[in-house]
Amino acid sequence: MSMTILTVDDSRTMRDMLKVALTEAGYRVVQAVDGMHGLEVLMQEAPRVIITDINMPKLDGFGFIERVRGNQKFLGVPILVLTTESSVEKKNLARRAGATGWIVKPFDSVKLVDVVRRVAA
Amino acid sequence: MDTMAAIRETFFQECEEQLGELEVGLLAMDEGDTNPETVNAVFRAVHSIKGGAGAFKLDRLVRFAHTFETTLDLIRSEKLAPSPAVLKTMLRSADVLADLVKAARTDEAVDEARMEALIEELKGLASDANEASGQDKGGAEAEPLDFQPLMLSIDDEPEVSEPEAAGYAIKFTPMPDLYRKGNETVRLMRELARMGDVSIACDVGSLPLLDALDPEGAYLTWRVELSTNEDIGAIHELFEFVVDDCELEITPIRAGATNEEPQSAQVPPIDDVRPAPSAPLAASPVESRREPAVDSRAHEDETHAVAAPPVAHEAEKAKSEHGKVEAAAPTIRVDLERVDRLINLVGELVINQAMLSQRVMEAGLARSSSVAAGLGALEQLTREIQEGVMAIRAQPVKPLFQRMSRIVRELTDATGKSVRLRTEGEATEVDRTVVERLADPLTHMIRNAVDHGVETPEVRAAAGKPPQGEVKLSAAHRSGRIVIEVSDDGAGIDRPRVRAIAIKKELIPADAQLSDGEIDNLLFLPGFSTATKVSNISGRGVGMDVVKRSIQALGGRISISSRPGFGSTFSMSLPLTLAVLDGMVVKVADQTLVVPLTAIVETLRPKKSDVHALGLDARVISDRGGFAPLIDVGQELGYRKTPADPVGGVVLVVETEVSTRCALVVDAIHDQRQVVIKSLEANYRQVPGIAAATILGDGRVALILDIDTFVARTNRGAPASEVLLAATG
Repeated sequence: MSMTILTVDDSRTMRDMLKVALTEAGYRVVQAVDGMHGLEVLMQEAPRVIITDINMPKLDGFGFIERVRGNQKFLGVPILVLTTESSVEKKNLARRAGATGWIVKPFDSVKLVDVVRRVAA
Repeated sequence: MDTMAAIRETFFQECEEQLGELEVGLLAMDEGDTNPETVNAVFRAVHSIKGGAGAFKLDRLVRFAHTFETTLDLIRSEKLAPSPAVLKTMLRSADVLADLVKAARTDEAVDEARMEALIEELKGLASDANEASGQDKGGAEAEPLDFQPLMLSIDDEPEVSEPEAAGYAIKFTPMPDLYRKGNETVRLMRELARMGDVSIACDVGSLPLLDALDPEGAYLTWRVELSTNEDIGAIHELFEFVVDDCELEITPIRAGATNEEPQSAQVPPIDDVRPAPSAPLAASPVESRREPAVDSRAHEDETHAVAAPPVAHEAEKAKSEHGKVEAAAPTIRVDLERVDRLINLVGELVINQAMLSQRVMEAGLARSSSVAAGLGALEQLTREIQEGVMAIRAQPVKPLFQRMSRIVRELTDATGKSVRLRTEGEATEVDRTVVERLADPLTHMIRNAVDHGVETPEVRAAAGKPPQGEVKLSAAHRSGRIVIEVSDDGAGIDRPRVRAIAIKKELIPADAQLSDGEIDNLLFLPGFSTATKVSNISGRGVGMDVVKRSIQALGGRISISSRPGFGSTFSMSLPLTLAVLDGMVVKVADQTLVVPLTAIVETLRPKKSDVHALGLDARVISDRGGFAPLIDVGQELGYRKTPADPVGGVVLVVETEVSTRCALVVDAIHDQRQVVIKSLEANYRQVPGIAAATILGDGRVALILDIDTFVARTNRGAPASEVLLAATG
């Protein structure tokens, strides 16, 4: 049983890129198109790692992380945020919301998988 | 297409959507929409484009999007007020962004100067806003444009460090927050173990007695000795996610130097780099039992955390539900080729069904027979399938309309007029080929409406109109066709002036008596241009005749209506698809031909007195007071040697794309129906005068006339202006 990873991103391009890279690395990928959808998917799936974008409609990445961390069930699930900003501010905001780590866009698949492996139990 | 090329294509498709969102949002803001979600959507659109562009190394696009986004962020955070002037810059930036996307997709050149000027303008807005909000140089300047995934550079060339370091002594004391964010000591230790030989010791000195122990607390300190060739940067990188949630000391150990004894029990080095979470490290038995219970996810029951991490059985659950939640994509992408193939096959189906129906009729089966009834049902189904398949190729006109709003914007800048574009029926769908080929004529008409239609604010004010003019662009389905209208609330067609120009250009005689409608239609004559001076706005030195020709090439018709002082409306009626054609089925010398309905102006049964000889072998027919050359279709196509007598036959008055009128002589009109277009070129070869072929219900091939080339090859067409001259002279 391959490890399931949930990716939350409103950009189809990003979702596709993540899926290709992670699937090639042997992970099973489930996708959501925004934070709200991400929470819905979490009702049905138990991903071992969550990768989320920050800027999304309906519920943004910070809100999504807070809601996930607010649920006892997902307290220890590593959450990686995708960010184009390397600014400390964004990282700190993500950290404060409860993110485990981050991936700076653009990423190459080797490095993406590397970070996922690093945080995945 | 390989995967990356496919994703790249997805990216560009998504860009189009984002550019649409961006424009809609900015226009809404321009209209006074202050909803934060609108601003967010606008920001997200640019942000998304930037993100994807970065992935494909489209540096110029990234750079512009970044500057654009930075300024939008200031609006979002209310540091910059979205004044009309600011929004104007934003809209222009959206246009440049669209250009850059297009350039990236097609490798076209871009207007670098325009882009650089806008970048400066955007940066100016940003720095003004930052000054106003009391920040020094924030925004564009302060935020580094750093897209290198720095913290992930494990495999990168090591930075300049101390190569002689044989290893590192690491002291690591996690704080409770580290675990709350989903980080784990065990994973960090595992990663360290991947970098070289490690010896790990756990300092339990701070561990309280059980009754004082906070299950969500963190009490342990880890000491690691790592022998590795990696530089210190790699180790810092490994701790990057947790550096704020722990105490961390990393000290290089020189080769040969001795390290001080760890304060706690020394543990043997770990060889296995994949310890299970339940037995994280080969520490002493006591510690190994305690560590996960205390230091691991605090929410779990102690024994459970050790025996079976929650994720394990959740994963099992996920397995049983595999496939339930996949990408929430409401659309699928299909190769256009496949769709076209399907459309062709359905075309065959329609033809076959028609043939079958005809055979059944010919076999003399009663309409009430079960075979005929079944055939009726088949016909209904076939039509539904055909409509369904055509709908796949259908696209809303929205993207096309959005392009027009940009054109209006650029024109208002250039002309000093104030014009608002109002669109209606953007969701109306039409075949994508039609959408693509409508862009040019529509652009021209919009330019005309702004340039010639709408007056300057002063003139409007003097006429008691609001200073801002309005151009309305609407689309609607009407009796199986799409009708697109461009109307303006300007001055309307200046008929005396149009007339004067036509006389001056010798298009009509000075004493011509023309109705209002006829004067309006003079605009469509080749070479007619109402612009008194050459304008770089209304196009490429071409007039409405080009528009008319493009519309006709699509099987469409265009008409004008105008009221002086109230504006003009150009109305275009187009077929929904180019795969079928409304045709008139005619008989010529026992052959069946199809004439496109759109080309036919009228049909006549001429009287003897209508036909006049012209020279030795040419004949003309009186047509509405003028004369049109008679062309015998049968003779022209070689079906007969001598021309048929038009008296007793039928004459189709047609108009070609270049506005020549001709009278085609045929023997009889058989039917009027939709036919499926089959390429003659693909199955036989190109024939001048013949556009394509279709297969009739009786299985016979019928040629579809291409009126334009057909008339051209006879070389007998008279320019419409001459007809008009004759009509009025």
